[in-house]
Amino acid sequence: MTASIKDAVGLPSRPSALNAQAVAFAIMVLFFLVAPFFIYPVFLMKVLCFALFACAFNLLIGYVGLLSFGHAAFFGMAGYICGHVAKEWGLPPELALAAGTVGGAALGLGVGLIAIRRQGIYFAMITLALAQMVYFFCLQVKFTHGEDGIQGIPRGHLLGLVDLNQMMSMYFVVLIVFLAGFVLIHRAIHSPFGQVLKAIRENEQRAISLGYKVDQYKLIAFVLSTALSGLAGSMETLVFQLAALTNVHWSMSGEVVLMTLVGGLGTVFGPVVGAAVVVAMQQYLANLGSWVLVAQGAVFVVCVLAFRRGLIGELGRALRKAL
Amino acid sequence: MFDLLGIPPQALFGQLLIGLINGSFYALLSLGLAVIFGLLNIINFAHGALYMIGAFCAWFLLTKLGLGYWWALLISPIAVGAFGIAIERSMLRWLYRLDHLYGLLLTFGLALVLQGLFQNEFGSSGQPYQIPPSLTGAFNLGFMFLPVYRGWVVLASLVLCFGTWFLIERTKLGSYLRAATENPALVQAFGINVPRMITLTYGFGVALAALAGVMAAPIYQVSPLMGADLIIVVFAVVVIGGMGSIMGSILTGFGLGVIEGLTKVFYPEASNTVIFIIMAIVLMIKPAGLFGRAR
Repeated sequence: MTASIKDAVGLPSRPSALNAQAVAFAIMVLFFLVAPFFIYPVFLMKVLCFALFACAFNLLIGYVGLLSFGHAAFFGMAGYICGHVAKEWGLPPELALAAGTVGGAALGLGVGLIAIRRQGIYFAMITLALAQMVYFFCLQVKFTHGEDGIQGIPRGHLLGLVDLNQMMSMYFVVLIVFLAGFVLIHRAIHSPFGQVLKAIRENEQRAISLGYKVDQYKLIAFVLSTALSGLAGSMETLVFQLAALTNVHWSMSGEVVLMTLVGGLGTVFGPVVGAAVVVAMQQYLANLGSWVLVAQGAVFVVCVLAFRRGLIGELGRALRKAL
Repeated sequence: MFDLLGIPPQALFGQLLIGLINGSFYALLSLGLAVIFGLLNIINFAHGALYMIGAFCAWFLLTKLGLGYWWALLISPIAVGAFGIAIERSMLRWLYRLDHLYGLLLTFGLALVLQGLFQNEFGSSGQPYQIPPSLTGAFNLGFMFLPVYRGWVVLASLVLCFGTWFLIERTKLGSYLRAATENPALVQAFGINVPRMITLTYGFGVALAALAGVMAAPIYQVSPLMGADLIIVVFAVVVIGGMGSIMGSILTGFGLGVIEGLTKVFYPEASNTVIFIIMAIVLMIKPAGLFGRAR
């Protein structure tokens, strides 16, 4: 019997673990409340967007055992939809974000229906291939503006009240959206629904024999994950006022895998830490061109060979708590 | 002569030939992937990067050492195969007891490193590689001109594919390999050195990719990105064919290349995506793939 992803995952959640998670959550919120006064807020907003993206991705790999190698499709496509709605239709940011999220979910439903027919390694290859199809679609259709992307997307006024062109108001909106997404995922994985997902991850045949409609659960989890990826992509588009091809490219799918792996697959806080590490790495290596690729690849190799639990996974193990 | 739906036959046969050539590379690469997956249970994401290195190896040999195409066909697969063996010995062998997904992640990381290193050195632009003098020119087939080199690529990859099929399905060595795919512990109990077989299999699969790279060098430009997008299409090919059978990989590779070529004639907008669309349809109808066994 081969060991599976779950062996690298932290300890099972017990009531004491939930207390530890509450403490960790408080630390995280406190950090993001104070941080913008010390760290460049645009950098933090980028971290938050990718943290939500990685959390959404982790919902699949960590709790259903499905490795999607095509999550960039949902992230990037939602960004295009959000940008188009905000710029060409002139709708307010809350509707643009909603449109992006719904777009991500709809695309996720289509991809999910096909991809969940296979498991494991095939699931990864299928999602990658379908995401590449989305990439070619985005390259060819008019509304994405090809290589240029959608530029100069207006941030607008949230609910007609909050001016998002103000750096701090944009930051706190991003923070609130991130926290809402984070809490939603946490709620989902600790609900009866989440227990069934974990059962499918541990032993799919057994879950089927217990009468669960495994495919439906997988599909719901997939759509939830893609919807939140879409929300993250839409937010990133509003922050940078740009929707571009890089966000639908396969390398972006690889990046979100890397973030989750560095932080810890199947941990609650790992994707957030991993996103911060990877975004910081990109920031510092930005001037070195292709060395970013080399560094990211090397981190992949090291993580898989020697560090499969990830940063938070190792921390949780040291503290004997599931974080 | 005969016009098909208003398409001039030159264009049709031209695209058909390009389809066959692309199909040759799909077949060679998916064959390597299937052989490696059979024994190692690893999907080799670095396959595209190693194909690219095979092409660069030929380019180095020509521009730095003055060794031509035929030498490259020999040296490049050996060099890249040896590199593959080093990868297997130093990294992949630690992953066999883990979930298959870790193998995918590790080789993805390797692909990024290799591609990044070459991109750093050569940028994203391609280096030209001349067709060897003995293979220049064209045959006149009456209905079209067939460039000698392109004919050679199709022929050579057919020979390679069926050679590999023969090696695995019809020889004693191949029977050990197939047995080890089914039950490595039992084969080892019969006194066969399975770990060494695994190492050599990886080296062989990788050498096939390098060989494909050398053959591709005169057709496409030698560029650091040449393997990155190709490998995703090859993944789709592998999903369509299923990894259960060697012959299945060969047929699917060539077949999809031809279909892609025909799409370029009849509906060029979809030529990039047609293989992915076929993949989706096949998954709907026969999830295990055309030649796959449900596992």
